[in-house]
Amino acid sequence: MSGPAASTATSTETSTTTPRKRRSIGWLLLLPGALWLAAFFVTPLVQLVATSLYDPNGSVEAGYAMTWSWGNYTEALDFYSEPFIRGFVYAGIATVLCLLIGYPLAYAIVFKAGRWKNLMLVLVIAPFFTSFLVRTLAWKLILADNGFVVSTFKTLGLVDDDGRLLATGFAVVAGLTYNFLPFMVLPLYASLERLDHRLIEAAGDLYASPAQGFRKVTLPLSMPGVVAGTLLTFIPSAGDFINSQLLGDTNQTMIGNSIQTLFEAGSYPAASALSVTLMALIIVMVAIYIRRAGTEELL
Amino acid sequence: MTLDTTDADGAADPGTDVAGAGDLELRSLTKRFGDYAAVNSLDLTVPAGAFFALLGPSGCGKTTTLRMVAGLEVPSDGEVLLGGVDITWAKPYKRPVNTVFQSYALFPHLTIHENVAFGLRRQGRSDVNGPVGDMLSLVELEDFAGRKPAQLSGGQQQRVALARALINEPKVLLLDEPLGALDLKLRRQMQLELKRIQLGVGVTFVHVTHDQEEAMTMADTIAVMNAGVIEQMGSPNELYENPRTTFVANFLGQSNLVDADISGRDGDDVVVDAQGAKVRIPADRVQVNDGKVWLGVRPEKVFLASTGEPHTGNSLGTARIVDVSFVGVSTQYLVRMGWGQELMAFEQNTGARPIMRSADEVEVRFNGAHAFVLDHAQDARAGVDED
Repeated sequence: MSGPAASTATSTETSTTTPRKRRSIGWLLLLPGALWLAAFFVTPLVQLVATSLYDPNGSVEAGYAMTWSWGNYTEALDFYSEPFIRGFVYAGIATVLCLLIGYPLAYAIVFKAGRWKNLMLVLVIAPFFTSFLVRTLAWKLILADNGFVVSTFKTLGLVDDDGRLLATGFAVVAGLTYNFLPFMVLPLYASLERLDHRLIEAAGDLYASPAQGFRKVTLPLSMPGVVAGTLLTFIPSAGDFINSQLLGDTNQTMIGNSIQTLFEAGSYPAASALSVTLMALIIVMVAIYIRRAGTEELL
Repeated sequence: MTLDTTDADGAADPGTDVAGAGDLELRSLTKRFGDYAAVNSLDLTVPAGAFFALLGPSGCGKTTTLRMVAGLEVPSDGEVLLGGVDITWAKPYKRPVNTVFQSYALFPHLTIHENVAFGLRRQGRSDVNGPVGDMLSLVELEDFAGRKPAQLSGGQQQRVALARALINEPKVLLLDEPLGALDLKLRRQMQLELKRIQLGVGVTFVHVTHDQEEAMTMADTIAVMNAGVIEQMGSPNELYENPRTTFVANFLGQSNLVDADISGRDGDDVVVDAQGAKVRIPADRVQVNDGKVWLGVRPEKVFLASTGEPHTGNSLGTARIVDVSFVGVSTQYLVRMGWGQELMAFEQNTGARPIMRSADEVEVRFNGAHAFVLDHAQDARAGVDED
């Protein structure tokens, strides 16, 4: 641009220079994120995949040789199919529970909370003010054998007299549900908040009962939130090991625990093979899920 | 308000009126938000098959009234009857009433076909393809059935909203500022379109608008609303030619309002003293019996005569032209009267007379049968478009 003449520049001149400038700004803005991802995501990922194919007989001290050991994968799946399946089942149950608890909660915050809306939102994210680990440890106390929950359940006959809650699948799923509920509520809140309330009125005006209006208008239009919420809940739950470790025992091992144990034992190739398999399975499941939910265009 | 809102044919009086088969009747309908009465004891009968307009400025309660008829707002008091059946407390989805919303409120996730079929499906109809096709051809959108609302222009979306409501064959169709989002040219076109469709289907249309021209073009009856009550109801012609309040006189078109006194009666005429000029107005155009009044004359009913021209009708005395605006079909004059007030006069450019110039002296005349006399207690600026 030519300084003082800029204000009198013709429209053709400005229209040819501005978009080019904008494009370069766009690339510049992408740069920090791209560098970060390259350094801290792409590099470790490549390393992880490479490690999964190393010679399993090596060690951290002695070093590993790249032997393209595909056997790491078959071996890992042979040994760890059970925690794999359990991990996905627990994560699936926790995700469904999060949806069942989170949808009404988000709906109530958007449509019924009125002036309490912001306070309720703060309460939803309030658990993040303390660490994930501390909160899960707190659940260990809540569900402890001599805690009030177990004694209440025993009185109600929900638990046998010599039964317990800790070290059960119930405790692990409850912990997962608790820990990942905000990740379900927030996207649901966002998509319901964006919903034009007049569409619900229009549905009522067009002979839809409140239940039909919900099924035909509110729910389909909040599907982006449902999909985002279930993904944000399911993916981290499926790889979680803290809940199983603190609230379960060896009978509740999830795949995350197996990977963690293998890494701690120094079996890097096996642990990496399990990690890559977990990642691949999750990507496949998510892809199928998004296709089935029919929300590609809404996402 | 102590204004008489009863219209000449007595339609607004529920006590003496026997509702017809499909008439929509509002009885002392009231909606309060806290201490504020958005709609204040409204009585109204809309005859079946009418194209009825609720006209008023924003915040006058017209949309709230419409929403109470639709069941989207619960009245604080009063009743809504449709064809003699009390629907005051009926759920919106159980009323034979449909709405064309201001923003159209089309379902963005459904195709045009499914949007239009929505009401029929909810009523358990499975044979929707025929009616939907007919309805889409009525609004000339057959080719758009498979598209989503976002792929349509504003005018097309408006027609979808209309089709989606009309397909249910409601007893009453409510239109909430349906043309508000369209540009002027499209609005004019849709006004004629709506009128054509209404005549074709014969459904009662209740049209809420703040656009007086829109209301006058389309409706056969207009109720002018202000501050939660109906100021006056009648045909567009009646409201324009014989307004009963300063609000109606200013909100529909423009009016010259002159400070005057009633000085007596002469046969069927009332004699009014307007700043020294004695003028005669037919008694049925006079709203008060004595005391101070506003004498109203529409600008196009004012005749500017050269001084000395033979006298017919009433004269307000001489004036001086202070401004001349030539607008093609007509010329708009602003004249200053002897008592200092400026009046407007519009004259068609027929070519029969030369256009007058600024500073010319003229005599301001009008026909008493074209003037009206209003209560002086009312604000002379009420309803004036401030833009």
